[in-house]
Amino acid sequence: MSIQVLMPALSPTMTEGKLAKWHVKVGDEVKSGQVICEIETDKATMEVEAVDEGTVARILIEEGTEGVAVNTPICVLAGEGESAADAAAPAPVAKAEAEAAKEEASRAEEKPKAETALAAPAVAAPAPEPEWKGGTQHMTVREALREAMAAEMRADGSVFLMGEEVAQYQGAYKVSQGLLDEFGAKRVIDTPITEHGFAGLGVGAAFGGLKPIVEFMTFNFAMQAIDQIINSAAKTHYMSGGQMTCPIVFRGPNGAASRVAAQHSQCYASWYAHVPGLRVLAPWSAADAKGLLRAAIRDPNPVIFLENEILYGQSFDVPEDPDFVLPIGKAKIERVGKDVTIVAFSIMVGKALQAAEELAKIGIDAEVINLRSLRPFDTETIVESVKKTNRLVSCEEGWHFAGIGSELSALMMEHAFDYLDAPVKRVAGLDVPLPYAANLEKMALPQSSHIVEAARAVCNR
Amino acid sequence: MAKPATKPKDDPSPAKAKSPPNLGDNSVSPHELRAHYRDMLLIRRFEERAGQLYGMGLIGGFCHLYIGQEAVVVGMQANVRDKDAVITSYRDHGHMLACGMDPKGVMAELTGRSGGYSKGKGGSMHMFSREKSFYGGHGIVGAQVPIGTGLAFAHKYNGNENVSLTYFGDGSANQGQVYEAMNMAALWKLPVVYIIENNRYGMGTSVERASATTELYRHGEAFGIPGERVDGMDVLAVRAAGEKAIEHARSGQGPYILEMQTYRYRGHSMSDPAKYRTKEEVDKFRNERDPIEHIRKRLLDAGIIDEAGLKAIDTEIRKVVNDAAEFSQHSPEPDPSELWTDILVEA
Repeated sequence: MSIQVLMPALSPTMTEGKLAKWHVKVGDEVKSGQVICEIETDKATMEVEAVDEGTVARILIEEGTEGVAVNTPICVLAGEGESAADAAAPAPVAKAEAEAAKEEASRAEEKPKAETALAAPAVAAPAPEPEWKGGTQHMTVREALREAMAAEMRADGSVFLMGEEVAQYQGAYKVSQGLLDEFGAKRVIDTPITEHGFAGLGVGAAFGGLKPIVEFMTFNFAMQAIDQIINSAAKTHYMSGGQMTCPIVFRGPNGAASRVAAQHSQCYASWYAHVPGLRVLAPWSAADAKGLLRAAIRDPNPVIFLENEILYGQSFDVPEDPDFVLPIGKAKIERVGKDVTIVAFSIMVGKALQAAEELAKIGIDAEVINLRSLRPFDTETIVESVKKTNRLVSCEEGWHFAGIGSELSALMMEHAFDYLDAPVKRVAGLDVPLPYAANLEKMALPQSSHIVEAARAVCNR
Repeated sequence: MAKPATKPKDDPSPAKAKSPPNLGDNSVSPHELRAHYRDMLLIRRFEERAGQLYGMGLIGGFCHLYIGQEAVVVGMQANVRDKDAVITSYRDHGHMLACGMDPKGVMAELTGRSGGYSKGKGGSMHMFSREKSFYGGHGIVGAQVPIGTGLAFAHKYNGNENVSLTYFGDGSANQGQVYEAMNMAALWKLPVVYIIENNRYGMGTSVERASATTELYRHGEAFGIPGERVDGMDVLAVRAAGEKAIEHARSGQGPYILEMQTYRYRGHSMSDPAKYRTKEEVDKFRNERDPIEHIRKRLLDAGIIDEAGLKAIDTEIRKVVNDAAEFSQHSPEPDPSELWTDILVEA
């Protein structure tokens, strides 16, 4: 059977090129991999190698011809047991195939346009938090995080903790205190200071069937590792068509601590919340910390777990129920109110509750929502609240531009526009690198007084 | 030491060698040598066909061909056990075929079809097979090195004797995370073999223009990792070096580096201006150092196979590749609903 050799494309954008030179002539025998001609575009010159074997029966495009369209037949090879003369006759079938291929290629380009209209499928709302058995225990956020890790490590031998100073030093912020003693050096592992490396190693261990908890001493240092978190951990499940899973938790303090200046004081909530393939959690209370971290470790996906250094030492009541675990994706109404909805996460929840107390004194009854989960985002709980209060203030410690509050505002435009009596107001960190000086730092970070002002503004009071 | 399942005693070679063939290497049977030839030829023909389909617009985006480097992965793969992990960069089609992945599924991923290993959602650079312990296919230069080290970590954690074969190129050899990973591998004695496929050019930049020291096998010395330079155009040299390195890792002695001196005949990807090297240089490798031609000669000289036998292998492979190409063009595009699947594992 004769074989048509087609004008190849050098890149997906190339539509035509010049046939610069023939390296074979009619009657030559051609082997697989042999260079038969050279083609040129404005970008490059490429040698065209034969894929099939045969004898050159006809040259269809002379050398030096410009503007040869991709997929045009350029020569004909006679296959084994076929005379060159037989093959020299035009082979309409092959040509039709080439046309079909061309058509297919252009169809592949057009098709997605029609399909982009497809909306994301509805995601089932997470089950509401159940009533917990037994009493509560007062503990710090630090203790709650440790208890969550210890409980999951007891339950599942494939869970391990790695990070800088997590073992012998007992944790840079003492979150992992005592874990080395209980679980040993095999499962509580001090790493060198090598964030990119150990984040990637953790991803590999997760691909290999383990459930790593990777602690970053702070999320500021995770910027060194963000390629592994996003390109490797978040995307591989999709890129493998569902074959690969990456059950890993990246956790550590996020946002401003106290007087550590700009490089150690950034909120990464919106960075990670931007990325499909990740779950992003931001606990406030000790109950959040324990319940959400247990859920994060059990989750079969990569989870970003944003803690806060200032909260580590604060105490809260935590259910004693041994099965206590929180659903991912569910916000919590921390204070019920009717006049304005204040949405916050992490350390800003405490400031929002303080602001609500202040607002109560002037007769404004604020509802405070603790987001807990930034991806998935519990739009429904917020919309329901706004339907009642008709006013919304968003609080975050990070910068406002492209922040969580920006997304929240857009979501309210889409889902609650008719219920809003005032534009959404955003309370956020000022648009500057966080300064060191005590007075400047305080000015740059959002305080409860800013939330009070914002709530009064949306309430016209 | 695990050997490939095929043994010399049932060698069905039609060649009429009167005395035992002299292969110059007692550890390789005629049957194995022929299998290596076949495996390398499969990669070569598959890649040529991939290049052709790319030229026809059936494969999109980037397409990095392995032509010229076949001896590396085939030689290494001769030493692996079932559950040993393999991971590499984006020049990955050869590794998949050498791991025993179905050429149809690989080619259909290249054409972005539902029959591809990633259902068409990964493409040339992102394919995986849990069944064959092939962990990708990674598009970020060097990123697979910490991941491969993590696979070794998981093997050690689980207390099995499996190793991780972590491949990367001379281009990756200057990435910081490679050395971060090597440090941890040496520190924790992880069972990983780092295989540096030094094909002399990271895209268009030669090793000499990119690495302050070009003896890449010595790049683990700072961490006490032994290394060796290997003729990556000779499948038997690769195989012998691989056997030693894998044994080192498997026996708990920690990582090992093999620098494979190899050469890619084609451009970095399909659109490569080829201005950074001479045609003479490429021709010299193709004509004098070709790994497949080398083994073909050996098979003929040793009387293991004759021209008819070679032709039979060629015909068989042509059929495999044709079937793969055929499948890759007729497998349907992914269903639109696939857009929204596999983003998260639903708990």
